[in-house]
Amino acid sequence: MSGAIFRQSVWWAHGALAIAAFSLLALMIGLAVSIGEISIPLATTAKAVSNRLLGTTFELSRIHQGIIWDYRLSRALVAASAGASLALSGAVLQALLRNPLAEPYVLGVSAGASTGAVGVMLLGFGYGVLSLSSGAFIGAVIAFLLVAFLAAGAGGTSERIILCGVAGSQLFNAATSYIVTTSANAEQARGVMFWLLGSLSGIRWPDVYLAVPVTVLGFVVSLFHVRALDAFVFGTDAAASLGIAVRRVQVVLLGTTALMTATVVSMVGAIGFVGLVIPHAARFLVGPTHDRLLPATVLGGAIFMVGADIISRIIIPQQVLPIGVVTALFGAPAFAVILYRARRTA
Amino acid sequence: MSISLDNVSFTAGNSLIVNGVSLTVQTGTVLGLLGPNGSGKSSLLRLICRLRKVRSGIVRLGESDVSTMARSDLARRVAFVEQQATTETQLTAKDVVRLGRTPHRSLLSPLGAKDDAAVDEALSRVGMEGRARQLWQTLSGGERQRVHIARALAQSPTELLLDEPTNHLDIQHQLEILGLISRLGVTCIIALHDLNLAAMFCDQLAVLQRGKIVATGTPQHVLTRDLIGDVFGVQAHVETSSIHGRCNIQYIIA
Repeated sequence: MSGAIFRQSVWWAHGALAIAAFSLLALMIGLAVSIGEISIPLATTAKAVSNRLLGTTFELSRIHQGIIWDYRLSRALVAASAGASLALSGAVLQALLRNPLAEPYVLGVSAGASTGAVGVMLLGFGYGVLSLSSGAFIGAVIAFLLVAFLAAGAGGTSERIILCGVAGSQLFNAATSYIVTTSANAEQARGVMFWLLGSLSGIRWPDVYLAVPVTVLGFVVSLFHVRALDAFVFGTDAAASLGIAVRRVQVVLLGTTALMTATVVSMVGAIGFVGLVIPHAARFLVGPTHDRLLPATVLGGAIFMVGADIISRIIIPQQVLPIGVVTALFGAPAFAVILYRARRTA
Repeated sequence: MSISLDNVSFTAGNSLIVNGVSLTVQTGTVLGLLGPNGSGKSSLLRLICRLRKVRSGIVRLGESDVSTMARSDLARRVAFVEQQATTETQLTAKDVVRLGRTPHRSLLSPLGAKDDAAVDEALSRVGMEGRARQLWQTLSGGERQRVHIARALAQSPTELLLDEPTNHLDIQHQLEILGLISRLGVTCIIALHDLNLAAMFCDQLAVLQRGKIVATGTPQHVLTRDLIGDVFGVQAHVETSSIHGRCNIQYIIA
C-alpha cells in the first residue's frame, strides 16, 4: 500500500517536472525567436505565432512577422529537434552498447557525413544535383551501413560494434582530410571547417518538416523499447534471458539512431557534446530507468541546444560562433558541476 | 519431465564444445552439472535457455522444442543466473530484481501489484528485503549474487539455470545460496566445481568431460573414487559423512 502511494507521488513529481521542462522549452524557443540583431519583444513573438496558427489578427509589422516566422522560429525548432535527436541517440547507444562514452557519432555517421559533404562541395559529386545536405546524408548512411556490416561480421558484441565504428570513423575522416588537403583552397577549407563544427544558419521551414518528424519517429520507436533498453544493463546474454530479441532490438535501435543522427548532421553539421553529456545529466536528474530517462533526455537535449544557439548568436557582436563550439564551451563546465555535485551526494 | 536434451551438440569456431549430450531432468529436481574447466558446463546451460544455438539435437522444455518457442515465452519459463554479471549503472537492488518482471510485462505497461508482489517476495526469499534500496555498487559479491537469484525468481520460472553461483563467495554464503536453491522447489540445473557441495545439495548429478556426459545419477552413485580419478585426475577417498549422510570426498596428494 505504502509502495503504491510512494509510486503515485513519484509519478506526480515527474509529471510536474515534465510540465516544467516543457514550459522551459517553450520559453527558450520564445527567447530564441526574440533575441537577435533586431530584438523583438516576447509578446510580439507570441502574437506572430498566434496569427499564423490560431488565425488571430494582431497588428504587426511585416518585417517582424517575416523575421519571426521565416527565419528565427524555424531555426529554433530545428535546434530543439536536433538537440533532442542527438541526446536521445546518445542515451539509446549508451544503453545498447553498455558504454558510458557512447555518443551519436560512435558508429561513423558524422565521419561519413563529412566525407559526403566535402565530396559534393569540393569534388563536385552529383553534378550540381546533390545539395551539400543530401551529400552529407548519403555519406552518413554509407558509413553506417559499412560499420553495421563490419560489426555483424565481427560477431555483434558491444565492444566489436564500437571498434568497428572507430575503424569506420577513422577511414572516413581520413578520406575527408585527403579530399580537403588535395583539392581545397584556404577559403573552401574554412567553409568546410565551419560546416563540420555545426551551424544553424540557412535553416528554413522545409528543414523543420524533415527534422521534427524524424525526431518524433525516433522518440516513438525508442519508447517502444524502454524495457529492452533496461534489460541490456547486464549485457546481451542477460537481456536475451529476460526475453528480449537481442538481434532485432539492436538492428532496429541502431538503425533508428543512425537515421536521427544522419538527418541532424546533414542539416546542421556534426554538433558535438550534446549526445554524450545530456543523457548523463538526465540520468542524474531522473535515474537510469529508460521510461523516465528517454523523455528527460529528449527535453534536456532540446532545451540545451536552443540555449546554445542563443548564446552562439549573441556572444560575439556581429558574428555567429559555430554552435558546436558553444555546446562544448558552456556544456563542459556545466557538466563538471553536475559530476561534482553527484559525487558529493552519492 | 521438465527439461530433456536429445543428442545435443554445439560448436564454437572449429571446436566441438558439447558433443551429443542426452539428459533428462525431472520436475522439481536439483541437478548438479560437474566437470573440469572447459568441459562444456556453461555452454550446455546456455543451450538450454537458447542463448546459443544447438548445432544438432533437440532441447525440450516439457513437450516444447525450445528452438520453436518465442523468446518471451521462454523467458517466462526459464531463468538464467550468469557468472558474475555486473554493471556500472547506478541501479538499486530492487531495480535489478524488477528486471525479472520484463517478460511478464506488456509494452509500456507500468509495474502492477502482481509485479510488486513477485519482486518483494523474491527479495525476501534471498534475505535482501532490508537492502532493496541500496545501490548495486555498494553490495558485496555475495549480496550481488543473491540479488541476481532474486531477479531470476521474480521471473517466476519453472526452471532455473545457474552458472557457478557460488564462485568467489565465502563458505557461509556458498552454503546459504545452495541451501536456498535446493529449497526453492523449482527444477534447477547448477554448474558447480565443489564436489562436496554438489553431494550435499543436489538430488542428481551429471558429469561432463570434453563435451560428453560420462556419468549421471545420485551423488552416491556418481561420485566414486574411479570417476574422480578419471575425470578430474585427482586421487580421492570417498566416504559417507556421519554429519549429513551424503558422500564426503577427501583429496589425496601424491
